[in-house]
Amino acid sequence: MEFLSYLINGISLGSVYAIIALGYTMVYGIAKMLNFAHGDVIMVGSYLVFIGINQMGIPPLVAIIISMVACTLLGIIIERFAYKPLRGASSLAVLITAIGVSYLLQNLALLFWGSDPKSFTSVVTIPPLKLANGQLVISGETIVTIVTSTVIMIGLMLFVNRTKVGNAMLAVSEDKGAAQLMGINVNYTIALTFAIGSALAAVAGVLLCSAYPTLQPTTGAMPGIKAFTAAVFGGIGSIPGAMLGGVLLGIIEILSKAYISTQLADAIVFAVLIVVLLVRPTGLLGKKINEKV
Amino acid sequence: MKKALSMVLAAAMAFGCVACGSTGNSKESTANSNTIKIGSIGPLTGGAAIYGNAVKNGAQLAVDEINAKGGLQFSLRVEDDENDVEKSINAYNSLKDWGMQVLLGTVTTQPCLAVAPETAQDNIFLLTPSASAPEIVAEDNAFQVCFTDPNLGTAAAEYIADHNLATKIAIIYDSSEAYSSGVHDNFKQAAAEKGLEVLADEAFTSDNKTDFSVQVQKAKNSGAELVFLPIYYNEANLIIQEMNKQGYDAAIFGCDGLDGLLTIKGADTSLFEDVMLLTPFAADSSDELTQNFVAKYKETYGDTPNQFAADAYDGVYAIWTACEQAGVTADMDASDVCDKLKEAMTQITLNGLTGEGMKWEASGEVNKTPKAVKIVNGAYVSME
Repeated sequence: MEFLSYLINGISLGSVYAIIALGYTMVYGIAKMLNFAHGDVIMVGSYLVFIGINQMGIPPLVAIIISMVACTLLGIIIERFAYKPLRGASSLAVLITAIGVSYLLQNLALLFWGSDPKSFTSVVTIPPLKLANGQLVISGETIVTIVTSTVIMIGLMLFVNRTKVGNAMLAVSEDKGAAQLMGINVNYTIALTFAIGSALAAVAGVLLCSAYPTLQPTTGAMPGIKAFTAAVFGGIGSIPGAMLGGVLLGIIEILSKAYISTQLADAIVFAVLIVVLLVRPTGLLGKKINEKV
Repeated sequence: MKKALSMVLAAAMAFGCVACGSTGNSKESTANSNTIKIGSIGPLTGGAAIYGNAVKNGAQLAVDEINAKGGLQFSLRVEDDENDVEKSINAYNSLKDWGMQVLLGTVTTQPCLAVAPETAQDNIFLLTPSASAPEIVAEDNAFQVCFTDPNLGTAAAEYIADHNLATKIAIIYDSSEAYSSGVHDNFKQAAAEKGLEVLADEAFTSDNKTDFSVQVQKAKNSGAELVFLPIYYNEANLIIQEMNKQGYDAAIFGCDGLDGLLTIKGADTSLFEDVMLLTPFAADSSDELTQNFVAKYKETYGDTPNQFAADAYDGVYAIWTACEQAGVTADMDASDVCDKLKEAMTQITLNGLTGEGMKWEASGEVNKTPKAVKIVNGAYVSME
């Protein structure tokens, strides 16, 4: 019974990682760049929802939609002004820029919203599910997060594989030059990828802060890194891989906290990542790519 | 394209500068040559900002009162360190450039551990209102207004045992924080001596402090009746919410780090009902000194003062009393002031907000009786 309840906690934490990892992997899969600012877009999204609900008193659902729209715009702006000018530059330059954008967003949040931690009110109103005479409690947040991340995962896969725009994204990810020759607007496609990734970030932010109700300018940083790890673990670029990686990472983290040490949990998580990458360098569900030298 | 990028970078730099400007705000009282310059360092912004601002306000109130008396004049300058070790050292250096003669600070433990050796080297008198590690007062120029962590941990265990609050106890603490692990270690030792059973002893680290499901569940499964939280209020808020989520209804006992729970924006304060904390100051105390202080503080800052404001207020008065005792004047340099004060500190007795008849040992530790408060209807109430 105890094990089951730890497992549920693990899945609950993992589903939060998964939903963030979906955004990472989506952008990496199409634009081939690591958007380290993703975690901070999540933070911005959460602040917008917090302000909407707590200070302006608008209904949670409306606040979430406003926040998604705002994050979409933010994603497009970041892409347009920070990443697009570097389209031809080395991947290292893009990576450093992404880290810069991440710090920029954190410091802007510090400036606008101050650094004192805010307590986020959960937007989930579903009552917790009690099993086995209340010994197992599955919180409403967990249920909503798992359902949402599964829906988003399936939605993204259908979108990428079944729609014309999605196919254009796949083409861009394979070969930008060839895609352009085929009449695909590469800039538009990449901007769209960022727009979708950032809208997902807003959703992820709301779920992250509902499950762990504290909000600070650095709120997105650590979950962002963990989710990035989850995306690599599952095979970066692979949409189901991000989901699998996220959930597994959460379970490993909670179980090592429960049975090994609460202090060493992070060390164990990253050790597992190293082992997985040694055995399968492309991650659990990653495609094996022969790099042309 | 290049131009667009450089515009973005320029904008980023400009924003960065603005951010620096706003975080480095410091209040400076009118300083002139015949005042003693008291410097203070604390988090005015950042996760622990409540403490720094409380110290700043409390100290300013005391300085204003002392200056109104005539005689010895003080001027106070508070620098922000965001509870960051490096920034604290920078703040210390800029206070030295200002001509600081006495340091009232730093407010939080981790930065103070770094600043204290510097003051010992420069022979500048240090009196920290609230940094509680015993290592801080290792050198003879350093004194504390608050309890040291070991004393706090021991006092907490004794309080729980003597007042029969519980016998089965769970602890959740931050092993990456000197304050938290210091209190924890001594609590555990004292608990064993007092016959309290510690059934669950769970840690977390600063990199992993949002998910407390495992720690809370282990405490719940152990059957503990009381959860001891020697941590800061932000994590305590998350732990209390997690306990509520898991339907774990145990008593909660903390130390001065929990002071600030009621100020968290957006928090459901009904969950904090009956939280107990060991703190030397309760704003509802009926003695005259406390009531005057609380009334004045409310009038000036529109807020009820917490323990940190009281610690700082007592700290300024301790410096003043010691200065009078030793005959310190404003024209002495910092090193002479330090030599005189460290002798005078052990001779004075202060009836302060945080304790009656406070005395200081030569070791730098303070001697006073701890009090406990309980949160009732969203306010602190003395437990006595």
